[in-house]
This record gives sequence, C-alpha cells and structure tokens, in this order.
Amino acid sequence: MARVEGTCGAEKDVIVIFKYEKKEEAVARILKKAHVKNSIASIIYELTYNGTSFRLYTSGKAIFRGIKNREKLNELLTTLLI
Amino acid sequence: MKREINGHKLIYFDNAATTQKPRQVIAAEQTFYESHNGNIHRAVHTLSQEATEMYEDAREKIAHFINAQDSSEIIFVRGATEAINLVAYSWGLHNLKQDDEMLLSLMEHHSNIVPWEIVSKISRFKIKYVQVNSDGTLDYADLEKKINSGTKLVSLSHVSNVSGVINDVNYVAKLAHDNGALILVDGAQSVPHMPTDVQKLDVDFLVFSGHKMLGPTGIGVLYAKRHLLERMEPFQGGGEMIKDVSFSQKNGHCAISWNAPPWKFEAGTPNVAGGIALGEAVRYLQNIGMTEVLEHELALTAYAFKRLHELKKLTIYGPKDVKVKCGIIPFSLDGLSSHDVALFCDNFGIMLRSGFHCAQPLHQIFNLQSSARASFYLYNTLEEIDRFVEVLKELEQFWR
Repeated sequence: MARVEGTCGAEKDVIVIFKYEKKEEAVARILKKAHVKNSIASIIYELTYNGTSFRLYTSGKAIFRGIKNREKLNELLTTLLI
Repeated sequence: MKREINGHKLIYFDNAATTQKPRQVIAAEQTFYESHNGNIHRAVHTLSQEATEMYEDAREKIAHFINAQDSSEIIFVRGATEAINLVAYSWGLHNLKQDDEMLLSLMEHHSNIVPWEIVSKISRFKIKYVQVNSDGTLDYADLEKKINSGTKLVSLSHVSNVSGVINDVNYVAKLAHDNGALILVDGAQSVPHMPTDVQKLDVDFLVFSGHKMLGPTGIGVLYAKRHLLERMEPFQGGGEMIKDVSFSQKNGHCAISWNAPPWKFEAGTPNVAGGIALGEAVRYLQNIGMTEVLEHELALTAYAFKRLHELKKLTIYGPKDVKVKCGIIPFSLDGLSSHDVALFCDNFGIMLRSGFHCAQPLHQIFNLQSSARASFYLYNTLEEIDRFVEVLKELEQFWR
C-alpha cells in the first residue's frame, strides 16, 4: 500500500491507494480472495471478504465504507494482500 | 498539461481546487530563479534591485487587474485563507468588541468561517449566519433581517465553491455600508473567472489565491482600502514590516514603528518568485480578457447542464438557472458515493473533486453526505464535457 486516507465527507469512508508499481499485483490478489458481488466492465468491483463489503478500482484504489477501526482494516488488508 | 491518466487523455475538471499553469507562468518563475534571484528591498546590488522591481511590477499588474486605486492596497499573502486570517487578526481582533456582530453566510468555505470563530472566542463578538435557500442561493431577506447598526462586518464569498452561485456583492456592500459595516469578499472563486473591479463593487477587503487563477501555489492577495490598512495592526512581526527598531538603554525595550502598507503586512522574505509568476498569470488572463473567460465558462456550464440532464440517476445541486452561477457543478448519482463517482472518472482520466469541498454547512442544507464536483476553466472544451457525460452514462448504465 502507498497510503490509507480518510475521505472528505460525512460517510467516513477510507480509501486505500496501492503502490503504483504494485497496483496490478494487489488488484489480482484481492480479486482472487474476495467474493465479487458486482462489477462494471472490469473497472469497479463490489466485493465482500470476511463480512466486509468494499469497492475495488483497477486503477489501484479501494474504498471501504464506514470504517471505525483502522486496526481491523489493516488486518483485513494484510490477509487480502498476502 | 498534456498527459494520459490510466491510458486516457487527461480531462481536468477540478479547477475550483486549483488550476493548471501556462508555460509563460512556469517560465516566469524559472527565469526569476535562473537570472534574477536576490532578496527584495534588502540590498543595493543588481540582483536585489532587479528582484524588487519584478516583484513590485507584479503588484502593479494585480492592482490594475482588480482596479485598485493604488498598488499599496495589494498585500501579497500565501493565499485566500491567509488573507482572511490576516483581516481576522489585524482588523477583527482590534475592532470587533464584545456585543458587536458580524455576518457570515452558510455557503462559506471553511476558511471564511474558522478564522472568525477563533477570533470571536477571544474578542467575544457575535457571529450571525445568513441562511441559504434550498437551491443554494443566498437568502437576501434573511441578510436584510439580520444586518443592523451593531453589525461591524459582513464576510461573504463572491462565488460559492460548491454550487457556483454568484452573490450580489454590489448590493450586499451597499447594505453593509448603509448600516455602518465593512464588507470582506472572498474572491477565491470569482477573481479567476470574471472581471473584478473593487472600486465599482465598493468592497473594503477582497481576498483571492494565485493557484486558482493559473498562478503558482503559496501566493495570494489581500486587497484592502488604503485607509483601513493604515489603521490596521500588523499581522506578523519581522523584517521588512518595520520602519524603525531602536533600543532604549533607559527602559530596556525596543521602540518599533511600522513600515507603510503594503510592506507593513509582509514580514520576512516573501514568496518573491510566486508573486512574479502571479503577475505573469494576470498578464496572461488580461491578454485573453476576463469577459471572454467568463463567457467561455458560462457556455461550458450551460452545455454541461444540458448534457448532464440526459442522465436519469444524476442530481445537480444548486440553482437551475445557469445565469446566476459560474462554472461549478455539484452533483450525485443515485446509489453511489461521490468518491465512487470520482474514482470511476479517474479511471478514464477525468479529474473531479469529491467530498465536502471544505463547505460542510452547505452540504447540510443540501442534505448531502458529500458531493462530486466538476469545475471548469478557460482551457476546458465542449468535447471534454461530451467525454465526461459518456463516462457517467457508462457508470449509470452498468451500476445497478
């Protein structure tokens, strides 16, 4: 990961930005592990993993909704990316 | 800027946040550092003299650009935020007393709310907020109701950074002056996009940022009427802003007298290169003509409105009449967060802003968690809007 940022807005979403040179690898690993609920032309994927829903963009970003516990998010990302 | 993002031609629609820079502006900054770099107002050597001349020439250009009476009414600051803070601390802290009132509106950028809230905690003056109508326009009846002889300042954006609504600053200035109040206008979203005449508008303070008008970041302007600047206390202390600092052996203190405006408000070495480059940005805009810039943006906005209405799940916030607004369009797509929209567009090389745009109270009025925002400038085209609408249609069609 390059950065994890809280978005601006009342939603309290978190955007995870993958390292540019590793983004394709990160996207591939996540798609292999998470369950795909919906997708648009292989650009956005709506996914679930261990009960957490999130959206993954093939440009190398992911949005996690209503995240209150950053530590849990880090754990989730670690298992997704390993 | 000619480059591709994610394999697509870049379309830059985040101009309300910052603008791209013409070659001439970049060259002005580079030329200064390569050939003229010296500290201004400090030395008799050639480089210092050249730097001073270039910096003060930029100040003259900016004064002419907004039709200030004199270049001494132009204070270089870091940006509009610092300019408002300067007025809040140098004027507000000393002139707004307990039980005095000032008016803000609920459409203000946080930079025109937070400094006043901070200073009001110290000076204990009252802040009243003027309501905004559900279409994002200012509630003038509420303004008329709230202004009175106890109002000492009205601080208002000329153009909303969220909805693009243009406020009738001329009318508000007259109303303020009739009630014995001063008016500060946040011109961050107006000065880059339309002709500005501070004498015609009769505003007491006007603030704007260089980077939103083709200039570099870290440079902006506070315009203030000369008689106000003369009576205001300095904002920061340091070199350049003083006329004399003399130590008294008798009382063990330094007696200090202030320099004349504008230098009284420019402590320390300023952003010389930034000021010079902003002067070049102003020259560039004047060569095109600010009326032409405005007409181009209004044409883009009208076209975007027409095309965006083809999308069934899209809602545009703010006034429906494009004649009362500038080239800023806030919108949402049903079932998608603003960040989803912005990230999807980013995938196609289209740069949009998402979130609160530093104007949370206005989002509360629109009953929005956040919004996506497209904002145009002089280099945007109708073809870019067509591409933008195509991409949004794709998102709307496939996301169920």
